[in-house]
Amino acid sequence: MSALEAPIKFASEGHSRGYYIRTVIFFAFLVFLYGPIIVIGILSFQGEQGSLMFPIRGASLIWFQDVFNPVYAGDFRAPFVRSIVLALIVMVITTLVSFLAGLAFRRGFKGSSLVFYLVIVSLIAPPFLISFGLGIGFTSIGLTSQWWSGGLGAHLTWTLPFGVLIMFAIFSRLDHSIEEAAQDQGATRWQRLRYVIIPIVAPGILAVALFGFTLSYDEFSRSSLVTGTGNTLPVEMVTVRGTAARPSLYAVGTMTTIFSLLIITGTFLSLYILDKRRGLLTGGRVMESENYPKKQGASAPAAE
Amino acid sequence: METEQTVLGRFGAYLQITPLVLILLTFLIAPMVVILLYSLFKFGPFATQIGVFVIDNYVRSLSFDSATWPALADTIRTTAITWAITLVLGFVLTYYLVFDIIQLRIKILLFLLAVVPFWTSGVVRMIAWLPFLGKEGLINGSLIGLGITDEPLQFLLFSDFAVILSYVHVLTLFMVAPLFNVMARIDLRLIEAAKDQGAKGWQILLYIIIPLSRPGIAIGTIFIVALTASDFVAVRLLSGGTSGTLATSVFNQYAQSRYPLSAASGIILLIILLLFVGGIMRLVDIRKQL
Repeated sequence: MSALEAPIKFASEGHSRGYYIRTVIFFAFLVFLYGPIIVIGILSFQGEQGSLMFPIRGASLIWFQDVFNPVYAGDFRAPFVRSIVLALIVMVITTLVSFLAGLAFRRGFKGSSLVFYLVIVSLIAPPFLISFGLGIGFTSIGLTSQWWSGGLGAHLTWTLPFGVLIMFAIFSRLDHSIEEAAQDQGATRWQRLRYVIIPIVAPGILAVALFGFTLSYDEFSRSSLVTGTGNTLPVEMVTVRGTAARPSLYAVGTMTTIFSLLIITGTFLSLYILDKRRGLLTGGRVMESENYPKKQGASAPAAE
Repeated sequence: METEQTVLGRFGAYLQITPLVLILLTFLIAPMVVILLYSLFKFGPFATQIGVFVIDNYVRSLSFDSATWPALADTIRTTAITWAITLVLGFVLTYYLVFDIIQLRIKILLFLLAVVPFWTSGVVRMIAWLPFLGKEGLINGSLIGLGITDEPLQFLLFSDFAVILSYVHVLTLFMVAPLFNVMARIDLRLIEAAKDQGAKGWQILLYIIIPLSRPGIAIGTIFIVALTASDFVAVRLLSGGTSGTLATSVFNQYAQSRYPLSAASGIILLIILLLFVGGIMRLVDIRKQL
């Protein structure tokens, strides 16, 4: 009776005071989140007299040139190249290994719980211990860990848990009946993989690639002791912060952040295009998840 | 035919999981075994005596007057404060995204804005606090400019304040993402029904939204606790190494070449983390939440 008299309009009710408070908190958080990085962006454009602190002294591009100047301590060119190469290798390995692991978890196997816990341990293990153990481990077998050996391994212990958990989530939402339908129509195992599964989980694969690349590109803690003679960019930045800190530190921070933002934008653009094309090809959504249509691993940053 | 395929499928699954297992055994488990061995090596009088097994390092670390206890207390304090702030903040932010924002496009846009920094450098985001927190930093400058204080506040940089601030800055999205995942799945009809029955706002929050958000809170908690308790980077960049957490003491002992002591402290930290996370995973089935 009363429900009929006053129809439920949960979503469009007038805004309460709480709503305004939460709006303020949310946008204040965005300022808190982006403010510092914007400020060091501004400080990178200081003049010659510039320091790490305010006030801003003059305006110039010299700190960006400084980044590429081999005369000063903290030449960031080689670390930058190393970080990109390493991130690409980590991305490829993470994507492949996570995809295969996703297939395995989907089929199910004895000991799958154990492997799942192993992945969780990889996520929560103290980063310094991994670095420490890897470094000593390499030394004890007569080798020196380098960024492409121990460093690569250290990065994988960080990127693989995210990759595997994303793939796990994607595959657990994938309807078995689609595959069975393909099987009924005579598709071989390989055809089912190539023409049914991969196209459906493609956005998830792209998301894993993004995680693999960016998490490796920015990784410091796990690889800090095992990059050997060639530092990666984050390791170099922390080293420089400890010794010869000049505003070029901010300049390189600004550049690497812009680089990351370009990668992220590119990935999301590809995801968007992929989504559009899929919509055209299938005339609908193949993988509808629960209550809200856009929910896919790609839009969720952490492995929920 | 069907059984044959299943057998093949089982075998295939083992092949598919092998790369993952091999990588984790080599680069995660093997280093941990190395650390465990080192933690049992005799240290002193001059250097580490490799191959001489003793339990002394643990006895020393766990003795009554050991520096482990204050370090552990500091770790728990820092982690608890960071956890509490990120939980409350993360909850409010997610609540806003899920229940206050109605248009899906705006919801997605704001969600992305809140989480995009996850894919950028944590080191850069920690360094980015330097111009704010220094003696001549923006915060002190504004406070003096507004006449709130006459002298710059010293506690801003190189302090626990700076470290916790940067944890909240870097880690809040680890709480937002899993919370969003569970909160967005709450059936709005539940809330409507509760309203029909005369439930007040706080009752809906306390008896519907919070209980249904528990899995997200659990996963967020795992992230925040693991990342905060084992961090040694923010401490190095923003506290000048003065902070006394367990992870810092592991790092400092390593830096002084006291490997076995460092390893023993590290193993203690690892065990505490594993017990904590194991406890949470008993409460919430994470696999179901994915």
